[in-house]
Amino acid sequence: MHEMSLMESVIEIVCETARQNGASTVKSVRLDVGVLSHVSPDALVFCYEAARHGTIAENAALEINRIAGEGWCLDCTKTVALEERFGACPDCGRLRVQMTAGDELKIKDMEVI
Amino acid sequence: MCTVCGCATAVIGGDKSRAEAPGHAGAHSHDQDHHHHHHDHDAHHFPDQHDHHHAEDGSVNCGKGIAGVHVPGMSQDRIIQVEKDILSKNDGYAAENRAFFLQNGIFALNIVSSPGSGKTSLLVRAIRELRDRVVINVIEGDQQTSNDAARIRETGARAIQINTGKGCHLDAHMVGHARQDLAPEPGSILLIENVGNLVCPAAFDLGEAHKVVVLSVTEGEDKPLKYPDIFAASDLMILNKSDLLPHLDFNVGLCIANALRVNPRLRTLVVSARSGQGMESFCAWLEASATTLARRAKVA
Repeated sequence: MHEMSLMESVIEIVCETARQNGASTVKSVRLDVGVLSHVSPDALVFCYEAARHGTIAENAALEINRIAGEGWCLDCTKTVALEERFGACPDCGRLRVQMTAGDELKIKDMEVI
Repeated sequence: MCTVCGCATAVIGGDKSRAEAPGHAGAHSHDQDHHHHHHDHDAHHFPDQHDHHHAEDGSVNCGKGIAGVHVPGMSQDRIIQVEKDILSKNDGYAAENRAFFLQNGIFALNIVSSPGSGKTSLLVRAIRELRDRVVINVIEGDQQTSNDAARIRETGARAIQINTGKGCHLDAHMVGHARQDLAPEPGSILLIENVGNLVCPAAFDLGEAHKVVVLSVTEGEDKPLKYPDIFAASDLMILNKSDLLPHLDFNVGLCIANALRVNPRLRTLVVSARSGQGMESFCAWLEASATTLARRAKVA
């Protein structure tokens, strides 16, 4: 359950950024979470409710953008879709694919008043 | 004023304009406080999303989010671009730790594994074999008890125990405090034994030179495929308990192949902390790395 630590970190960064921008309330937060990253969005949502409690982001909505997985196939020399982190190339079936997208774990933007 | 749909004049026009365009006013509920409906929306947004999320196929529904309602720069509420890594706080502390280790020529390792793979036994053995040649300090991470730190101290090495309580991993902040308390000597080796967990510690950089994953041969060859993140994040895999191999069906070659599939750069050592088999390679690597780093720090 490292999602709890991640969400505490999200709330901390969000509240700090809001204060730096002179905002009093956070209305929504948007995250980019890659489908190949090591977190479960379900757990993130669950932990978010606990982590935001008692902060200026207490009523902020959470939106999670899933970023699709992509990799560079060394044999096909092109970018291919990646279903799992160490999966095979969907075209040639070989395993020499280097992940290029899908492990994002980022706070994209937030809406404040 | 809503500049998105251009209905700002409706408020000025009041009832009359609403009467002229009932569909519009009704759809947006622009009466009275213009942004009131946003607050309502937000108050219910979270449970809404939650419901959707369970009603469908388990993936989070992103279609109903703020992007569909607010356009950046077109609302009175501001949208702040954050574009920050969620782990940036931890990574900041990790960078401080790393700078400290480099400056003082301290070779720090983050040792990760599932519970019971023999991390502490491996450390005890390595410390016993190296204690006359290099100073080794240990940071022990466990949810509860200081048993492991006590086992390390029996070897004469200094050890500090971090109890994470409910936490499933060490983070760079905890390690930062521990290294201040421990004050490791310049040119020494610092072994950080993480909480026994093959999942969470993968995400948290502690400022170490390398992550070392310990896997025991009683665990099954497919562990690297089942828990790929930790094997992908590590630089060295130690296959421990090799003295048990004659009694098991464990296929070392297959295990290494699986690990290399997840991380082509991963190096492997097969050791037994109990019998000492293979330990000389691990100790030689530790000593050589520590010496190189210490010399580099002195020159700098």
